[in-house]
Amino acid sequence: MAHQPLAAAHAGEPIRNTTLDLAHMSVREVNRLLHAASQGDFLIKNPRGLHAVVAGLDGELNVRIDGHVGYYCAGMNKRASVTINGNAGTGVAENIMSGRVHVKGDVSQSAGATGCGGLLIIDGNASARCGISMRGLDIVVKGSVGHMSAFMAQAGNLVVLGDAGDALGDSIYEARLYLRGKVKSLGSDCVMKNMREEHKTSLRKLLDAAGLGGTVDVSEFRRYGSARSLYNFHISNLGSY
Amino acid sequence: MCGIVGLFLKNVALEPELGRLTAAMVRELRDRGPDSAGFAVYGEETSGTTKICAVVREGRLAWPQIAKRLSNATQASVTVKEIENHAVIKTEGDGDAARGWLIDNVPEAIVLSQGLSIEIFKGVGDPGIVVERLNLVGAKGSHAIAHTRMATESAVTIAGSHPFSTGEDTCLVHNGSLSNHNRLRDLLQRHGERFQTANDSEVAAAYLTWRTREGDSLKAALQQALQALDGFYTFVVGTREGFAVLRDPIACKPAVLAETDDWVAFGTEFRALATLPGVANARIWEPEPATVYVWSRA
Repeated sequence: MAHQPLAAAHAGEPIRNTTLDLAHMSVREVNRLLHAASQGDFLIKNPRGLHAVVAGLDGELNVRIDGHVGYYCAGMNKRASVTINGNAGTGVAENIMSGRVHVKGDVSQSAGATGCGGLLIIDGNASARCGISMRGLDIVVKGSVGHMSAFMAQAGNLVVLGDAGDALGDSIYEARLYLRGKVKSLGSDCVMKNMREEHKTSLRKLLDAAGLGGTVDVSEFRRYGSARSLYNFHISNLGSY
Repeated sequence: MCGIVGLFLKNVALEPELGRLTAAMVRELRDRGPDSAGFAVYGEETSGTTKICAVVREGRLAWPQIAKRLSNATQASVTVKEIENHAVIKTEGDGDAARGWLIDNVPEAIVLSQGLSIEIFKGVGDPGIVVERLNLVGAKGSHAIAHTRMATESAVTIAGSHPFSTGEDTCLVHNGSLSNHNRLRDLLQRHGERFQTANDSEVAAAYLTWRTREGDSLKAALQQALQALDGFYTFVVGTREGFAVLRDPIACKPAVLAETDDWVAFGTEFRALATLPGVANARIWEPEPATVYVWSRA
């Protein structure tokens, strides 16, 4: 990435290819500049656990954040690609619509909560309630996930290379869960399901998208999903999910 | 809400910096608990001398006279130093007896702590101003725990501010709420515990005092607490030698731990830890639910 100092950006015009330093700018100032940009590469420095860093992006942006972020980083993301070189607090990529969020460290609870689309990659571990109420987002966790992950998950895929904590997929709707490690316990209405060829193909695509293509054997995974005894599911409505 | 910070130094060279580092952590979590704040510092000890910290509920008290009465009542030499609306009383007599006498005889004050090492200070209002006013920045010692409070279970008063301490050199701060504290308070009172508030967190502190008096280690006492306490909690606990963290079985309240060769630090959120020296290379993790973490200088 080629970066120019902020001062070099033309006044009144959206900026591109810029380093933004949260030691000298507020989160609101940084987010406002990024909301105005439609494309470009951006480096965010000194996030220091601040909340709502790069929330609400909507553009073909590549954003790299060097350091640990607080709550709701990259929330509501659309189209942008955000990489966090550090850990993320509660609700990273919550309600993400599209684009890609990649966390190089660990994440706190409720990662990807209610996400509608896009891809969330977590290189480390995720704590409790990862993918809670997800609605179309794909999540790939290279480590393990905590308790109540995929609680009431409606659509999308949660792939976990490590283990899952208590009550995985409690009250799950139509999301698919792929787990390589052990599960401590399954939540209400969540059951293990057959891994058919279509699921292996789908999982392979997800792993490829997360940069794991060829390094992980899809036959090591088990699939979990809804027993459909807890909500008013009817097979003729499957197309709606 | 509520914010907790804790700093346990492993490198003694940092001890003169304890207060400055802790105060910076508190300032980061002001917005999590804007109504009151308090802190415990484990600092200087004089062999055979117990320190008792007390705070006046309202106005001022004639502490030199109270010290004289305490001295007569306990047949021990007593000195007192006033810091703002707090008094730091030093006695060569029994600390628990002195605490009991003060609770019985000086109802205008709240006894905050007693022990060889611990000192607790509290105030109502903006936590940044509270720690400034009570000079946390100048504190030296081995470990410190601080709390910024958003009151839910009892009123916004000095008495309701954390940390809570009922036993020698032990204190507890709490983010959350307990649902069985009334019943447990009755049980603990039958075992001789003295309470000064109607606050749920004081019950958790007294529970640890009771268990350690019965011979449990800090770790064992916290493991018992998992069975005895019902509700939401992240606790950070200090003892003369130790520092501990416990979250409830569903990890309802946030918590981050970080450790380097020089220190162990707790923050309700990472931003509280962001100013610590060497944090960029610290091991950082979220404590697991229902898991007791203990560090000790012994």
